[in-house]
Amino acid sequence: MTVKTTFGEYPVGNKDAVENFHGNQLVYIGWDEHLSICSANAYPLPPDMPFGALTEAVIPSVAGPHPDFEKINWETVEWTLDGASLTPDMGASLKDNGIGHKSLLRFKTPGLNGYKGSGN
Amino acid sequence: MAKKLNMRKRYELFTRGLGWEPTYQTKEAVFPRESYEGLKITDWDKWEDPFRLTVDSYWKYQAEKDKKLYAVMDSFAQNNAHLNVVSPEYVNALKVFIQGVTPLEYAAHRGYANLARQFSGEGAQIAAQMQSIDELRHAQTQIHTISNYNKHFTGLHDPFHMHDRVWYLSVPKSYFEDARTAGPFEFITSISFAFEYVLTNLLFVPFMSGAAHNGDMATVTFGFSAQSDESRHMTLGLEIIKFMIEQHEDNLPIVQGWLDKHFWRAYRVLGLVAAMQDYMLTESPMSWKEAWEIYFVENCGALFNDLARYGLKMPKHHEIATAESEHLSHQLYGAFYNFSHAAALQTTVPSEKKMDWLSEKYPNTFDQYYRPRYEMWGEMAKEEGKRFFNMGLPQLCQVCQVPMVFTEVGKGKPMDISYRDSEFNDEKFHTCSDGCKDIFDAEPEKYAHAWLPVHQIFQGNCGGAEIPDVLKYYHFNPEDGGDCKGSADEKHWNESKGIDDADDDASVDQAKIA
Amino acid sequence: MSENKVFMIFQDTEDARPFIGAFEQENPEAHIEYLPGIVRIEAEGRLGVTQEVVSDLAGRDVDLQELHLTLVSLSGNVDEDEDAFSVAWN
Repeated sequence: MTVKTTFGEYPVGNKDAVENFHGNQLVYIGWDEHLSICSANAYPLPPDMPFGALTEAVIPSVAGPHPDFEKINWETVEWTLDGASLTPDMGASLKDNGIGHKSLLRFKTPGLNGYKGSGN
Repeated sequence: MAKKLNMRKRYELFTRGLGWEPTYQTKEAVFPRESYEGLKITDWDKWEDPFRLTVDSYWKYQAEKDKKLYAVMDSFAQNNAHLNVVSPEYVNALKVFIQGVTPLEYAAHRGYANLARQFSGEGAQIAAQMQSIDELRHAQTQIHTISNYNKHFTGLHDPFHMHDRVWYLSVPKSYFEDARTAGPFEFITSISFAFEYVLTNLLFVPFMSGAAHNGDMATVTFGFSAQSDESRHMTLGLEIIKFMIEQHEDNLPIVQGWLDKHFWRAYRVLGLVAAMQDYMLTESPMSWKEAWEIYFVENCGALFNDLARYGLKMPKHHEIATAESEHLSHQLYGAFYNFSHAAALQTTVPSEKKMDWLSEKYPNTFDQYYRPRYEMWGEMAKEEGKRFFNMGLPQLCQVCQVPMVFTEVGKGKPMDISYRDSEFNDEKFHTCSDGCKDIFDAEPEKYAHAWLPVHQIFQGNCGGAEIPDVLKYYHFNPEDGGDCKGSADEKHWNESKGIDDADDDASVDQAKIA
Repeated sequence: MSENKVFMIFQDTEDARPFIGAFEQENPEAHIEYLPGIVRIEAEGRLGVTQEVVSDLAGRDVDLQELHLTLVSLSGNVDEDEDAFSVAWN
């Protein structure tokens, strides 16, 4: 379906094209069952950043204060990238792990289900 | 002696008699926006004016409303009546109002002025003109009312600047602009029907009864003054729906589509009101869930039973909205709690009294899903500097622009975030629900243009890369955000009331004695 | 007549008194509720008042359009002329 106009074709546009992010791409990262962190977060990240930087720096910058965070065993974490299961290569770049512009990365920490197991 | 004209005849002569068929331009040239949306309007004479208000009466009544209102405002200022509110925390409800709602009143003023020009039917022109002036009056009286609070509390000083930039204010802004950038019939379906009829009581009742129960008589007075105009607005909304559908049977699916879209978008905006109603009012007369039950489920049930004879159905996904009514306020307040360091309002862990009220009002959800987070946050806040703030920025829905806090309530999984996505021109777009995804998929070209505040910050368009730069761009002052406890608002309040100890419950009790 | 509820909500002020009284008098089945600052009048199917009764209660000749000063909200299809005002669902 197209937007109706009085002047012909509706203008094509994309406010969030990757070119607008100065070499970064948008990545959304959400920690399942930890909804006290109210939603997935959005990050501008270099596509060449190693995946390991996510667990070492990016995710802790938001999730660090959560009491579950220090208990995370990254070996057992389950990752989902754009709806499909992912086994990340920590040393490879985001791009090489298949994380593109506006990708959604979710992770689940089995055994850690939020504060007192409430999903928070 | 000549007989006095009856109301109907008098109104007809004053209004219909003023229209004419253009001769030296085509009607299409004079009214270029009436047909491009695909609606078929053949006979504007079928327009029924529910209120036959002529301009002389209009001015008389509106002037009297304003005189009464300004007298109350003067008295309020003279009596330092801002100190009669129950607590400084309550004023956060007014911050939501002036930042989120007042700029919409102004946008409505502009929108209805546009409609008055674009419609060729005189009855609709007049109703739109009067509404345009009403909405400007609302914007002005809200600014005037809340300016008294601006002298004594933070966050109220630059609402129009903030509305155009701030992350949580793009929620109301983008909804209204979605309607403003559509044609006149979509605009009026959105604002007059979906917002000002179907959902109006869910905006006004929470704020106004909240004000009444929290000692804020200035806002109550403003609210009643505005509401007396709203009845005319509501009847315009109902009349336009009936008129459009009665004009041609082909109009029904178009109107139903607009209703589905704008009900959902307006409902998403009301999430901000739900959070205000359940959490920012120290004395809470009614929960969001209760208000939804009365003003949507019951009230709109009656409305749509009446409209069923036209073939109009309840808006799509209304059942999800009803299922969400037990979760909405908690999820939205959670977003405000996460990010109040980057907001022009303050949040805090609710008091025990408030949490017991929430348990009572939300027996199926609060204790199980939401009380635990307040316990955790309460523990964290006990330690200096450890009050939880989310130091990133949230993922926003491409359509409603609310942080993606909504969950799979409809599927019985209220602690699973509801993620939806679409692809358009090889780009991914994320939405929060089936409702928003449907809206995106119907007009993806439109939403690909959306100015999402979080993405704009990352593009460097909002003052700079660091949060302090962004807050400066927003015209926030350092004392505007953060936690209610230890805030400048709390300190000034305690000084005004002569309270030494800044304990939260003590200041409320003292305020009641004062 | 519909079983769906109609309502009128007025400010609880002196100016509204003749209207509230007329609704009470002319709609004996109606349910009247007093809430902070407002009066809510609810009934099944229809609520109506006449200019005659409102004027009688006001002690002067009332223009029914004066209800615009104190009306807060309503529900139902509006029908008005100089002699009567009503809201109803079909």
